[in-house]
Amino acid sequence: MPENGRELTFAQAVREALAEEMRRDPRVFIIGEDVAEAGTPFKVLSGLVEEFGKERVVDTPISEAGFTGLGVGAAMTGMRPVVDIMFGDFITLTMDQMVNQAAKVHYMSGGAWKVPMVMRTTLGATRRSAAQHSQSLHAWFSHVPGLKVALPSTPYDAKGLLKTAIRDENPVVFFEDKMMYKLKGPVPEEDYTIPFGVADVKREGEDITLVATSSMVQVALGAAAMLEESGISAEVIDPRTTWPLDEKTLVESARKTSRVIVLDEGYGRYGVTAEIASVIAEGAFYDLDAPVRRMGAMHVPIPFSPPLEDTTVPTEQSVFDAARKLCGKS
Amino acid sequence: MTTVAQQPQAAASIGAEAWLRMYRQMVSIRLFEEQVNDLYTRALMPGLAHLYAGEEAVAVGVCQALRPDDYITSTHRGHGHCLAKGAAPDRMFAELLGKEAGYCRGKGGSMHIADPATGNLGANAIVAGSVGIATGAAFSAKRLSNGRVAVCFFGEGALGQGSLYEVMNLAQLWKLPVIYVCENNLYNEYTHYSETTAGEILGRATAFGIHAESVDGQDVRAVYGLATHLVEGARRGDGPAFLVCNTYRYSGHHVGDINREYYRSKEEELRWKSQHDPLKLLSGWLTEQALAEPADFERIQAEVKKDMETAVKFAIAAPYPSPEEVEQDVYA
Repeated sequence: MPENGRELTFAQAVREALAEEMRRDPRVFIIGEDVAEAGTPFKVLSGLVEEFGKERVVDTPISEAGFTGLGVGAAMTGMRPVVDIMFGDFITLTMDQMVNQAAKVHYMSGGAWKVPMVMRTTLGATRRSAAQHSQSLHAWFSHVPGLKVALPSTPYDAKGLLKTAIRDENPVVFFEDKMMYKLKGPVPEEDYTIPFGVADVKREGEDITLVATSSMVQVALGAAAMLEESGISAEVIDPRTTWPLDEKTLVESARKTSRVIVLDEGYGRYGVTAEIASVIAEGAFYDLDAPVRRMGAMHVPIPFSPPLEDTTVPTEQSVFDAARKLCGKS
Repeated sequence: MTTVAQQPQAAASIGAEAWLRMYRQMVSIRLFEEQVNDLYTRALMPGLAHLYAGEEAVAVGVCQALRPDDYITSTHRGHGHCLAKGAAPDRMFAELLGKEAGYCRGKGGSMHIADPATGNLGANAIVAGSVGIATGAAFSAKRLSNGRVAVCFFGEGALGQGSLYEVMNLAQLWKLPVIYVCENNLYNEYTHYSETTAGEILGRATAFGIHAESVDGQDVRAVYGLATHLVEGARRGDGPAFLVCNTYRYSGHHVGDINREYYRSKEEELRWKSQHDPLKLLSGWLTEQALAEPADFERIQAEVKKDMETAVKFAIAAPYPSPEEVEQDVYA
């Protein structure tokens, strides 16, 4: 982590990564709904159209499948599109383009064509947006060979991972937690990238490992602070990309602490937590003192009513309780 | 046929040599597909294939209007487009047989032939699956100012897919150099298009303000003339165009679709083959105009037949990819 003191919000870090890459490479362009003057509903892109113009910050009709497909073709023919899907829930509309086209073009053509495209979209509940604007569907893309999936959890990671995504020769889906856009953190002014498939140890610990992605990293760090006060030393590991997945770091931490909770805001069933728990069970079975515990969104459509919605995702308290129980201190 | 193309000036001005080149290309597609059917019936080809025989004038007429560096996207019934854009039959047969020498190193097969060297962005097994890709290629061409045009081939079945209308809207808004070529061969798989298609087909494009034409897709001269006109317009910056080619597939939906009288009659098939055959229409016209004689057509057919036999032999003898290649090229 840099020590130069400059802090940016998560949204500013995303914007800075885009601006730097657009200055570096004239082939990079942004395309999506309300990305230009509006700068997206979350104002993540504010100011970019003023610098780069409407030819490179392209407002579209409300046609996710259409402009995602256009992005695939543009990527194949010399451009570097960053396709903006306003809410992660809307990836459903792009599925054929992402799964049948973007993910498979390189392989099906025997390596002849490639698709260097980024799709930026969001995840995360608790914004009172109900069931069609609150889902965390990153597991779907993580399931498909040919796609890479990045989930930054800090402003620092957002800038470095997004620059890596834009420079990657493959289709990358980049999920941003919309509740995190105002989170502040240190971000260096200089150019830097973060390699995919390298997990980050966000906090070192000895007694239990909390593997957490995206929105759940801050929850895990909060729980770890509470656990420390009750005498439990928790390690927090952020895979940062669900594919490629840094299995080695996850397994090594599990072998060290012998207890693991996997946290992810997607659904648990057939989800990211299932995959990571399985990786750890296979790699660290003889070193585990307890079954790997998984915590994710409840298996319900996200409800609107605040007291209902808040029960659907893990919290610092629920992680704290689960960790104490796993450590035999319930 | 809804409208008849005006006798295009471009078509009128080219000579016998060019028409004979197109004749040869159409014969190549016809005989290629005969070999494919033969490979299937001899159980030498894995899976199935969708034959293009009967529709040759569309691919040839359109691709002859293109530059080598122009782009095409193709369909599950794509052999004709790939050949017309310049693909070599030996590597195509190799791909159909799953061999390493194939265009996709055996990983794509009949429905996914792609070839950057000829601007072929790939055949696509999702109906309307490539409409975004073609439109994106046109977007790149405009942004990079390289003067290229993209042609998006699709069957009339793709008219049922919403993504087509999304990208046509984008193409017209941004004046992208893309030609949407709708091959209306009358059947969405096993269902006549009149059961699936409301309203006028051309209206689907004119609603967006896109210039739309229809043409006798069995008449390569008409297709070539109109395509040349539309491609020139797109290259000039006029924006997209939509071209309906009324045509007919001689075979079933795929090579295994043999008993098909429940959806179309043998009389109908015979009528198209005898009265609307693209090869016969062109050879008849060339003979009538004294631009060629029967011996020319016989010679071309014999030469192409020999080429196809050689290409098939190459593919049959070619090795399969080694098993360790299965994990190659998942990521670039």
